[in-house]
Amino acid sequence: MIRVVLPQHLRTLARVGGEVTLEVASPVTQRTVLDALEVRYPMLAGTIRDHVTQERRPFLRFFACEEDLSHEPPDAPLPEAVSSGKEPFLVIGAIAGGI
Amino acid sequence: MLSKGVIMTQVRILVGTRKGAFILTSDGKREKWEVNGPLFTGWEIYHLKGSPVDPNRIYASQTSSWFGQVIQRSNDGGKTWEAPGGDIKPGPEAMQRPASNRFVYDTSESTGRPMTTHQFYDGKPHPWEFKRVWHLEPSLTDPDTVYAGVEDAAIFKSTDGATSWHELAGLRGHGTGPQWQPGAGGMCLHTIILDPSDPRRIYIAISAAGAFRTDDGGVTWKPINRGLHSQYIPNPTAEVGHCVHHVAMNPTRPGVLFMQKHWDVMRSDNAGEQWHEISGNLPTDFGFVIDVHAHEPETVYVVPIKSDGEHFVHDAKLRVYRSKTGGNEWEPLTKGLPQMNCYVNVLRDAMAVDKLDSCGVYFGTTGGQVYASADAGDSWNAIVHDLPAVLSVEVQTLP
Repeated sequence: MIRVVLPQHLRTLARVGGEVTLEVASPVTQRTVLDALEVRYPMLAGTIRDHVTQERRPFLRFFACEEDLSHEPPDAPLPEAVSSGKEPFLVIGAIAGGI
Repeated sequence: MLSKGVIMTQVRILVGTRKGAFILTSDGKREKWEVNGPLFTGWEIYHLKGSPVDPNRIYASQTSSWFGQVIQRSNDGGKTWEAPGGDIKPGPEAMQRPASNRFVYDTSESTGRPMTTHQFYDGKPHPWEFKRVWHLEPSLTDPDTVYAGVEDAAIFKSTDGATSWHELAGLRGHGTGPQWQPGAGGMCLHTIILDPSDPRRIYIAISAAGAFRTDDGGVTWKPINRGLHSQYIPNPTAEVGHCVHHVAMNPTRPGVLFMQKHWDVMRSDNAGEQWHEISGNLPTDFGFVIDVHAHEPETVYVVPIKSDGEHFVHDAKLRVYRSKTGGNEWEPLTKGLPQMNCYVNVLRDAMAVDKLDSCGVYFGTTGGQVYASADAGDSWNAIVHDLPAVLSVEVQTLP
């Protein structure tokens, strides 16, 4: 099982509490994890990746195993600790003050 | 017309703010208010609006710089909400599902227009990019049909309760699109007015392109900006390029339109074919909001703002100005409103009127106050003082 941690606003939108767990067939990549996430929680489509380009939204980052994976290719395998469920895949809202 | 004497009459105000939505309810006396919220906490709620034919059906535009656009829908008057299409069960078709927040410009050969460019602030070509929904306008006849005005400027339509959207591409592609440019708030389509006497006629307004009208249900559009004069564009009387802030109409006279432009308050008596200025004795004719009395189509309300460089009320006094003569002659309405040290703004979609016999007028400020008048503006009370900055105010008059 893949563990995914969402920002608070997306947890509220998806009506989930803590971590989300997903069944993801190999290979476990950013794309396959986010595809599985959007299938389970359709209301999240477009909130993490652009609907058309499927690119990560600019104010979101992807972390795992204390590394920033935001700029890794979406089809690159995620660390073994993520694919084995030892570590979560983190979707993080960038720290931007806003108004 | 609903009577204020009917005990069951209720007024429901839908307030969109920078940090969530609020619903304010009262009986027909409009003296005591119940405040519910915040809903969608932390998100910008640009607009909420209920269906005229099913007031329990309410649509909301929920948006965020981080997470993009979400459309919310309520079927019980705002008690519970759902993202339309979000209840689709996992399965082989799940990835092909409609998405209520999917606003994609139509570039198909059969129904769309090529994706050209508009002008950026510096006058250079800039591609169209969807950013957010500014305004939702439910159909006058079908609760599942709703229009969305978006940034970058375009109009979308849904006929399945906001589950999926398609662009009415004739507007963006009618010919002047490459000349459109953003206002300070972005290149937003912020006003949609449906003509109750002709279901094929729709008016829209864009900052900073101007006003447009369709007479065939959204297939073809034309600019309706003759008579506007804007010194901030190279040709002050150009066909497009005017920063129209808001347009209002009384449903009983759908050919008569009132406009708050960047500067100038304007009026058209022929469905936008020609405009003339009605600023008259206003202390300043810059502003954002404008609305019309529910039963007196010559009674108009504006809130003058000091200038384009100082977006707060004139003389540090919050004054609604009312004209009972269709413009030119304006009176300040001040009873119950702060008359010193006030530096708020009232944004373009942040005023509404109810339909009770004694017309109620409501507006919200960037300081977080929502004011109500149960006597057509003669006196005002703050329903709430300390909300986040108010982006929009709509009112529903319920039996």
